[in-house]
Formats: sequence, C-alpha cells, structure tokens
Amino acid sequence: MTQLYIQDVTLRDGMHAVRHRLPVDQLRRIAAALDAAGVAAIEVAHGDGLAGSSLTCGPGSSTDGQWIAAAAEVVKRARLTPLLLPGVGTIHDLVATHDLGVTSVRIATHATETDIAEQHIAKARDLGMDVSGFLLMSHMADPDLLARQAKLMADAGAHCVYVTDSGGRLTMRDVRDRVRAYRDLLDPGTQIGIHAHENLSLSVANSVVAVEEGVFRVDASLCGHGAGAGNCPIEAFVAVADIYVGGTDAICSPCKTPPKIWSARCRTDLYASTGKH
Amino acid sequence: MTRTKVAIIGSGNIGTDLMIKLLRLSEHLEMGAMVGIDPDSDGLRRAQRLGVPTTAHGVRGLLDMPDFDDIAVVFDATSAAAHLDNARLLAPHGKRLVDLTPAAIGPFVVPAVNLHEHLESPNVNMVTCGGQATIPVVAAVAASTPVLYAEIVASIASKPAGPGTRTNIDEFTETTAKALQVVGGAKRAKAIIVLNPAEPPLIMRDTVHCLIGDVDLDAVERQVVAMVHAVAAYVPGYRLKQRVQFRRLETDDPAAELVDTRYGRPCWQVSVYLEVEGAGHYLPAYAGNLDIMTSAALRVGESLSARTEVRVP
Repeated sequence: MTQLYIQDVTLRDGMHAVRHRLPVDQLRRIAAALDAAGVAAIEVAHGDGLAGSSLTCGPGSSTDGQWIAAAAEVVKRARLTPLLLPGVGTIHDLVATHDLGVTSVRIATHATETDIAEQHIAKARDLGMDVSGFLLMSHMADPDLLARQAKLMADAGAHCVYVTDSGGRLTMRDVRDRVRAYRDLLDPGTQIGIHAHENLSLSVANSVVAVEEGVFRVDASLCGHGAGAGNCPIEAFVAVADIYVGGTDAICSPCKTPPKIWSARCRTDLYASTGKH
Repeated sequence: MTRTKVAIIGSGNIGTDLMIKLLRLSEHLEMGAMVGIDPDSDGLRRAQRLGVPTTAHGVRGLLDMPDFDDIAVVFDATSAAAHLDNARLLAPHGKRLVDLTPAAIGPFVVPAVNLHEHLESPNVNMVTCGGQATIPVVAAVAASTPVLYAEIVASIASKPAGPGTRTNIDEFTETTAKALQVVGGAKRAKAIIVLNPAEPPLIMRDTVHCLIGDVDLDAVERQVVAMVHAVAAYVPGYRLKQRVQFRRLETDDPAAELVDTRYGRPCWQVSVYLEVEGAGHYLPAYAGNLDIMTSAALRVGESLSARTEVRVP
C-alpha cells in the first residue's frame, strides 16, 4: 500500500493570497481543522518564510512566532513546520523557531543556488530537526542539473528534497523526468517531495505522476489556496489518491486516521479571510 | 613621493580585483605582496605576471616575506573565519588592517559616510558589497529626517558570488542590517540578498526603502542625489536607475508594523533604485558587487596612506 506524507501549505504559501495578513484566530481554526482531518504536516510562516515580513515581501499581520504558537495551541497530531529562505531569514530565525518546539523545517533556495543552504540544513540537523531541501523554480533547471543541486542538499543533511514548481510551469512529463533524475542520483534513503502550482491546471496530475515515480511527500492546500494561481487543491488530490491507491487510510502518514474531505465550514472560514468567494 | 606598501590577503575574486585597481588607479599605494593559499589560483598567477611579490602560504607566508616590515596596510579579502586568525597573527606587527570580510572586528567604514571617523583604528571593516551600495542612501535620508525603518535588497549575479559569499549568506544579511543602523542611522533595519542566476549575468542592483515621518520630500531627494554623486566619485558605475520614489502611507498601512512606534509614526515610504556597473577590471561589468567593495577599500587604503604620511616628519 502506498503511503504518502501530505503537507498542507495553506498557512504558508496561502499567506501570499491574503498578503500575509491572516488573523491569528482564523489561522487557529484552519490549523485545528487540518489537524483533525489528518494531514501529516502543517506549514506555518510568512509566505516568504521566516522573517519574510518586510516592505519587499509584505509586512505580516503577526510574527512567525505568533502564528506558529497559535497553531501549536490546537494542533495535536500533525507536525508543524516553517519555511526558511537563506538570504531572507537566517539561522538565528531557525533557532528561534526550534525554541518554540518546532521539529521540522524546509530550507528553500532557487533551483540552481542550493549551496547557500548548506549551513542552514546542517544546523537543522544539529538541532535534531526533520529537514527538507526545497528547490524553488524547479522548471528553470533541466532534470540533470536539478538532481545535482538536490544532491548537494541531501549531502548537506536534508532528509527529503523537493521538485518545487513555484512557477506552475511543469507538465507531467517534466515532473516525471525530474523525479526520475532525483531517484537515479540520490541515495535510496533520501525522500523526494512534490510542490505543485495550478497555473496550467496540472497540479493534481503532476502530483499523481510524482507519486507514481516514487515521491513520498506531497504539498497541497485547501481549495488550492496559495501564491499566484494557487497550489495543488488538497480535496481533489486526496480524492484522486484515494481512487488510485484504493484505501483512504493510505493517505496520511504518520497518523493513520482516514482523511476527510474538508468541511464547508472550514472553507467558509478561509474565504472569509481572503475576501474571495 | 614614496608610496605606501600594502599587502592583499586572499587571491579570490575580491582580492584580485582590488590588486588590479590598486596597480592601475592608485597614486599613493604600491603592491608589496599578494597572499594566497593556492599556488594555482588565478589571482596568484596574475600577481606573478604583474611582477607583484607573492606567497601561497597564507598570512604566515606573508610574515616571512623579506619586505614584510615595509608593508603598512594589509587588506584582508578572505573569509570572516580566516580574518579572525589573520588579525590575530598580524596584531603584534602594527599594520593597519582593512577587513573586506564580514568578520567586523573593527568599526564599519563606508567612505561616503564616515571615512574619517575610524582612520585611527588598527582594524576597519568594509561591511558588505550590499552595505557599501545602500548605507550611503540611508545616511542621506537620515541627514534630513529620522529613518524609522530601512530595508535593502541586494541582487547580485550568481556568477561572481564566490564560495566565501555563498556559504556565509547569513553573515551578509546580519552584518548589512547592523551597519544600516550603526552607520546609516536607521532605527530598525532589514537586509535581503538575492543571487540571480540569469544568463547572461545581470548587473548588480540594489533597492533601498526607508520609512520616514512627514518632511520636505524635495530636500530628501536632493540629499539622496548628492550622496549618489559622492559614491560615484569612487565607484564610477554607481547610479540611480530611477528618480527617487515617495509613497504616502495611509494611517492603516501595514508598513507601520515594521516600525518601533517609540520613534514615531511613518508617513512616507522612500524608495531608491540603484545600479552598480563594474569597471570590468577583473570580472566583467555585471560584477558591480566586486567593484563597490574594492573601490571603497581602495579609498580607505588611500586615506590611511595619507594619514601615515602626515605623521612622518
């Protein structure tokens, strides 16, 4: 039975869609609903990662620490995890987040610049954290180059490396080629993840192809709520994965509870905060 | 007139560019030694071709060089960690150190802002390339009105960012942000660096945003333009890309949350868009990040040299 690690990014990538101004009480309700639904991990941070609050990236309505602490109050099972972009945030920000009890982090760089993350990945490992390398704009590097860059992150200590389609530019063939290049180059113990965007309406299909090629971690968000055209919609992805895999309890690792399709109430909460309908 | 002899430690991009500038442009400084750790490095080979004494044995090799006693100023273009060792080994010898790493043992110097403040210090620090490009603008705004918050984005081409820069990216953001406050005068500050891998490589760009209170905007613009000219006097490729921009902040603008309200309420966002084209001495023109650092260091070296001459009766 295929097991997948579903990481919800509504409360990080989705921050872009609400200009990083998600009220803490709404964040708390969404985090609680996601946790009850059984996702493996919930990403919480400014859209541009820790310390992203700025004139350039948009001032956050709360600090990362306030958002993460609010989520931690209600999340019982899922792993809370922030994003960190070296050049925007620093190891200091990583340590401050770890001090809040966070045990997982993703370190993001442009697809061809992964060597700038070596120290951050190494520090996360020193702290005993689960750490992933997040290769932004993966469409900008061909599969071989991208895989070599992913290897640098894995060698620095990342447990998992992602094909991160920030631009929503990859097709299923592109995703397949990149995941195969990762699998060919990386140690078998290194996990692979997929982070899809919906620009070409291929985010679900791309994520399914990625899983077929051996991807373990899949990013998705409520109704695809995320930057630009949005992320992989978690409701549709979970339904498709359910059909493909044939058993609902296959979807959520490490917790084994059957995922639910998210309730209308949860969506209403989310859209009340975005002003969209 | 006798020239002041100097040594450069570090035969990478920055050290080599500084050597070429010094040989071509300086009237008061003379290359006494080029110090590296890799005999096959392009920088050391180039130094040999240009007739500069070299050693591939690091700072210890420098101490053993026959003309070491004649050297008055040592530029360090290695890394923050290496500079700590180099400074310790050089300390007993009374040389003036110009630190081009983010180690920042000594006070920050940005020539257009505080060149003469720290010339008596045995060790001065050149902040970062992004700091050299942006701190003068923040200081210019701060000359008219308190800068409640300053934020800079330095975008440099990936190609000229050597391993020292890449593995120490936190030192760039932290050192730059600190110097924006200490030298630029900002009450709070944030620095962001972007390595741009676009091909062909793009020229260095720097963006400066300041949050300020209500003030004569024409005066702010005049100060900024004058400062850009002052920097361009030693970095010819340094220029404004657009006119200075002002954005009025509404009372509920989220930008206000970046300000410590003890210092006041922001009314305007000032945005300054800069470009730094390199002189093409060592790396091509896109590498403005090298140029601004080495040009600023050369300026400091010249001033130290003038200071030394004054003391000689």
